[in-house]
This record gives sequence, C-alpha cells and structure tokens, in this order.
Amino acid sequence: MISFPFYLGVLLIFVVLAVYAERKTAAFIQNRLGPMEVGPKGLLQTIADLLKMLQKEDIRAKAVDLIPFLIAPFIVFAAVFTGFSVLPMNEALSGSDISSGLFFLLAIVSLDILGILMAGWASNNKYSLYGAMRSVAQIISYEVPLGLSVLCVVIISGTLDLQETARLQAHGVLNWFIVQHPILIIPFIIFFIAGLAESNRAPFDLPEAESELIGGFHTEYSGFRWGMFMLAEYGMMLLVCLLAAVLFFGGWSSPFEELATGPIWGVIWLLLKALVLIFVQMWVRWTFPRLRVDQLMSLSWKYLTPLSIGMLFLCSLWKLWLMQ
Amino acid sequence: MGYFENIKRSIFTSLKGMGLSIRYFAQARIPRSKAYLDSDNYFEKANGTFTVQYPKEEIPIPDHGRYKLHNEIDDCIVCDKCAKICPVDCIDIEPVRSPEVFGQTSDGTPLRIHAAKFDIDMAKCCFCGLCTVVCPTECLTMTKEFDFTTTDILDHNFSFSKMSEKEIAEKKAVFEEFQLAKAKPSIDTTEAKKESIDLPKKAVAKPVFKPRIPKKK
Repeated sequence: MISFPFYLGVLLIFVVLAVYAERKTAAFIQNRLGPMEVGPKGLLQTIADLLKMLQKEDIRAKAVDLIPFLIAPFIVFAAVFTGFSVLPMNEALSGSDISSGLFFLLAIVSLDILGILMAGWASNNKYSLYGAMRSVAQIISYEVPLGLSVLCVVIISGTLDLQETARLQAHGVLNWFIVQHPILIIPFIIFFIAGLAESNRAPFDLPEAESELIGGFHTEYSGFRWGMFMLAEYGMMLLVCLLAAVLFFGGWSSPFEELATGPIWGVIWLLLKALVLIFVQMWVRWTFPRLRVDQLMSLSWKYLTPLSIGMLFLCSLWKLWLMQ
Repeated sequence: MGYFENIKRSIFTSLKGMGLSIRYFAQARIPRSKAYLDSDNYFEKANGTFTVQYPKEEIPIPDHGRYKLHNEIDDCIVCDKCAKICPVDCIDIEPVRSPEVFGQTSDGTPLRIHAAKFDIDMAKCCFCGLCTVVCPTECLTMTKEFDFTTTDILDHNFSFSKMSEKEIAEKKAVFEEFQLAKAKPSIDTTEAKKESIDLPKKAVAKPVFKPRIPKKK
C-alpha cells in the first residue's frame, strides 16, 4: 500500500525536477544557460510554469467528441501509473507482490495507446489524429523488441516477479545481470531504444512532433488535462528507466556488496540508477534529430526485432550451456 | 549500402554524435569569455556557454557605433545645420534670436541664438550620423546607449532644450523690443512721425517672423 503514495510523490517531484533538468541539459548541450531567472539558477522555473499551467482555462473545442476527449488524459496517466504498482522499492517493500509482475507491467502500460488514440480521435483535428495514429503505430511496433528484450532477461533470471529479479542481483555490482551475463548488454540497448519509443521521446517523438504536428495528440488540450499528458510522458520515462534499473542494473541493490545497504539505501540506489538512465535519455534527445516515419518503422521491424529475436536465441543458449 | 553496413554506420555515427553533445555539456561550466572582436581568441568563444544575460551583463559596444543621439545643449549654437542635413527630418528646432552674444560654448564659439526647442525624434531617426558630422561645435553626438525602448512611440521624441515657457517668452520679448528699437530710428529718419503709430508696428512684426520661416524649413 505504501507503494502508491511513494511512487506518486516520487513521480510528482520527479516531473518538476526533470523538466528543469531537461531544459538545463538542453541548454548546456547547446551552449546556452537555460532558465536563470526564477529562483537561484532558475530552480523554481518549473514551479512557476506549473502554477501558470494550472490556472489555464480547460478549453473544449466545439467539434470535439466530449466524453472520450475528457477522459483520455486520465486513461493515459492511469495506464502509466499502474505500471509502477509492481515495481519494488527496496528489499522488503514492493507494491503488488504478483508473481507475473513484469508481464502485468508490460500489458498495462501498453494500454496508454488507448488513451492516446482516444485523445487524438476525439479532438477531431487532423494534427491530433495524425499524432495519435503515429503514436499507436510506433508503440505497437516497439512493443515487440521491448517485449523480446525483456524476455531475454526473463530467460536468464527465470522469474517474472520483479522483486525476485532484483533479489537475484543483490550483493554487489558483480551480481548485476548486465555484469554477470554480459550477453544482456545488447538486449539492454534494444530495451533502451524501444523504451525511448514507448515514452514518445526524441528521437522517436513523431507523435507529438512540435514542428510538424503542433503537439500531436494533445494539440487540443490545455491546462490541467494537458498537464496530465505531460505527467504521463515523464512518468513513462521514469517507469522505463526504473524497469531497466531493476532488470539489468540490480534494482535496489547496492553496487558495493554489503556497504550502503538497507531500506533507505535501497530506495536511493534504485532511484539513482533510474536517474542516470534518465540523464542518458535526455542526452539522446538533445543529440539526435527526429526520425522519419518510414525510418522509424524500418528501425523497429528490420533491425531491432530480428536482432532481439537473435538475442533471445543466444540468451537461451547462454542459459542452457553456461548456467547449468 | 548493405544491411550490416547500415548497422555499423549508424552505431558509429550515433556514438560520435553522443560524444560531441556530451563534450558540449561538459564545457557548459566554462562561462562566457569577455573576449571582444579585437582580441585574438575571439573565435574560441564557441567553447562554453555563450548566453549574455542582458540586463545584468552587456557586451561592449564599438567606439564608433551609432546609437541614441545626444545634444549637449550648452554647446549648441542652434545653427540648424543638423536639422537641414537630416534625411528623415527627425530634428525639430525652434530658435529664438538674442540681441547680443550671451555666452560662449566650451570651444569658444559665441552663442547668439537660444534653443527654445531642440527635439530629436529617435523613432524617425535612421542612425546615419550625418548630423553629428555637420555639427560645428560637436555638441551633437551619438552615445553608446542603445536600449531606449518605450511603450509609447511619442516617448521616443527626446527634448534637449532646457528653457522653460517663461524664459522663452522673456527672450522673445527681449528680441522683439530690440527689433522695435532698431526699427524706430529708421522710421525717425523718414520723418513720418505723426501717423507712424500704425505703420511701425507692421514693419516690426515682419522682421520678428522673417528669420524664423527659413529656419524652420
């Protein structure tokens, strides 16, 4: 039960800080300073933006299909946030102790395309519909390599329970799956790329491509409902990175064997690992240009999917021959 | 390009791009250098942040830059040359002549005309700098001030005259009297003493206005 307020709090604080971090990262990569005015070094800029956003009118265009239009942001956010329910926090705590946690997570998170499609369709706007269609196509395509790369880990760990997966990697950096089984490096890269696409982030941000689709599926949204989409996007980022930390980088386990272990340290390690990955996501975003639609599809179907099927085979061999 | 060639190339180019952007990220701790055009390492400014936080810091302005006009009114002899050369007519001068030399500019030129009005409308100004070239006493200069944005365009009309309404009226009256005094003896010599009360007044009115009409143009 404690998982719910914990992850909700973490998510809200994370979004405020991540937007700031994102802007600063972008600025530093582009030789700029980023927000500098509100608060020391611009630290309170996101809070100011948040307050402004919350005061905005909830605009509902005349031609929208009202009911789906209104509930879509909540479906998107709920789908993403439910994913947090099976993540472990530390040795003792995890949200829901279901043994097929990983499967549940992947299944429930894919539901957010339902919300996105609803938002795009109900907006009754060509940009929104295009954005939603692209988003659905993209998420469904990338679900395949994502699932297959996760399956590589499942083959090696032999469990779908995320808490159990983290427990298998406890006691030091040498027990982390990515170190213990170096073959998982390639599945991790596939997972990371597919995760970027899942969370609609650059270079896979065609669904919201500001320059061509004016925000994509959330073009028609304003105020709090738009904020929900933003929250869901950053929530998805955090979820993918937490999942990567749990699957490949030992979850809550400390890198130094018995040093710095314990319930509080567990939480800190888990979040720290996720935040490092989030920095990499931001770094990628401000480095690469956006992919074209056909490039996006060919990357998924022609490169990542065959590669992840191959890795699945290799991981099975690894498990069969090296781990017996 | 073959399939595997594609993979190889995209991995290498991606890594190269990532390396480039992280290098810039690391360089962000270097603050903007104070180097200006004349310094040798001006083009090394590409390293580190480039932003100028404008109201807090400013980049130096070239010595011969053309920005806001300033008239040192104490040195101005109201010769009207600047108003005449101005291609956009942004300088508006109203002179009041004085019967005698009433002062000196800092370079020793005698002052004979009061500047009742010396307005420069910077909203019209085309920053050609011709007025500063023709100015004989070099009282009209271009300053380094470039940030004089206002919300009302009328506020761009800068007034340099220091004379109050009262002073202007006073000086005008003094000159009118002088003209009158100058005109009277000439009437005396024409011996039209008796009916002269009407005529001299008309004769006086003309010289007062006459010098002003060409000057205003």
